[in-house]
Amino acid sequence: MTQPTQQTSWVVEARNLRKTFAWTPVLNDISCRIAPAEVVGIFGPNGAGKTTLLRLLATLLTPTAGRLTLFGFASSELTVRRKIGFLGHESYLYPDLTPEENLTFYGKAYQVPNLKDRIAQQLESVGLQDWRTMPVRYFSRGMEQRLSLARALLHAPDLFLLDEPDAGLDPRGLSTLHATLAQAKDRGKTVMLTSHDFERSRELCTRALILHRGRIAWQSDAALPSPQEFIEFYTAYTR
Amino acid sequence: MWAILWKDLLLELRTKERVSSLLVLALLIILVFVFALTPEQLHQPAFGSALLWVALVFAGMLSIQRAFILEQERNCFAGLLLCPIDPGQVFFAKFLSNVCFLAIVEAVVAPLTLALLGLPFSVSLLGLPLVLLCGIVGFSALGTLCAAIAVRTRAREIILPLMLLPLLVPLFIAAVNVTGALLAGEVWTGTWFRILIAFDVIFVVTGWLAFGFVVQE
Repeated sequence: MTQPTQQTSWVVEARNLRKTFAWTPVLNDISCRIAPAEVVGIFGPNGAGKTTLLRLLATLLTPTAGRLTLFGFASSELTVRRKIGFLGHESYLYPDLTPEENLTFYGKAYQVPNLKDRIAQQLESVGLQDWRTMPVRYFSRGMEQRLSLARALLHAPDLFLLDEPDAGLDPRGLSTLHATLAQAKDRGKTVMLTSHDFERSRELCTRALILHRGRIAWQSDAALPSPQEFIEFYTAYTR
Repeated sequence: MWAILWKDLLLELRTKERVSSLLVLALLIILVFVFALTPEQLHQPAFGSALLWVALVFAGMLSIQRAFILEQERNCFAGLLLCPIDPGQVFFAKFLSNVCFLAIVEAVVAPLTLALLGLPFSVSLLGLPLVLLCGIVGFSALGTLCAAIAVRTRAREIILPLMLLPLLVPLFIAAVNVTGALLAGEVWTGTWFRILIAFDVIFVVTGWLAFGFVVQE
């Protein structure tokens, strides 16, 4: 295994990150440090670069410029992927396979120990144990999102990257999501999530930042603002 | 790597879409030629050889395209890239699954073609499975690499054959010549066979080394 590039306690350390698609800058000069057990909410209007930032952190994209280290390793190292759980806009689930088969595939790919027990535990935690043998193709949007959450957390990652995780979830799904994230927070996991709902995310987040036109326009200090204050910041910084 | 291969085989067992459509296409191509050619032409080894490889190339193209379209649904390919698996291993898994599916198709199509063409049996025909396998290996290696490039483009159905077919020309010429020699009962382990092996080695190694760059966004 490759040694960390530097001795660091940061989970995420980004310096002057830049990402362009076909010469169009999507992220510009992003610098931030995320410590273990932080829960960071990323907010911003559509097209601000939230998804691109999370995809960069998930190692699905490579930065055009700048430096990104995850757990002290360069983001290009395979080792860091084992520590990351990513929930994107798409579920990454094979529609013709059942939840059990999908999770078995991902579990084998991540070399999860005691895989059968772990899958049963994950399916139960997202309330899908009764649908474990039904092909994912027949699932509703919300059920697929819940299964996708189980997939992202199957290998017990240390960094959760969640891109609008509440999209398409019913009240039961939302409470499952919140319980899972609260549990992760208690266990000292690091969470970064994008959302449009500050009020709901506020209960979980320890820090918030606003992205606008590919830059970090504002970030909170130790204390999060009230929802009313946040709306004022949001309006002022995304003008 | 084995997890990806297991998943691809399981998906095929579940849907049975890939092998069945490949078989139908390959058999249709062969039947069209059988009806179009005269009995004298059909008995010529060169025709038989060309016929086998035309069927294989078109069925193979369909197989490779299908392999990546399955990964594009729900963006599963991104899920695959999130896993701590070396891209070279992803290449090998996709390549091996293509080899498996095309070998199944050839196992049905090749004997049937020989029977329909009414070619006489000779000892040299025992080398046919090896030659077909070498062709399938080269085709799958290059095809997997090209499909990984093409699948991210909008006109992937057009881009894949445009990229793949010209690059396949050396393989196609070598394979047709070796198969023709086999069907005629001649010596088939000469230069063309060595070209076939060289093509396999070059594109398996290239695919393994280049796949990481190809799949990077």
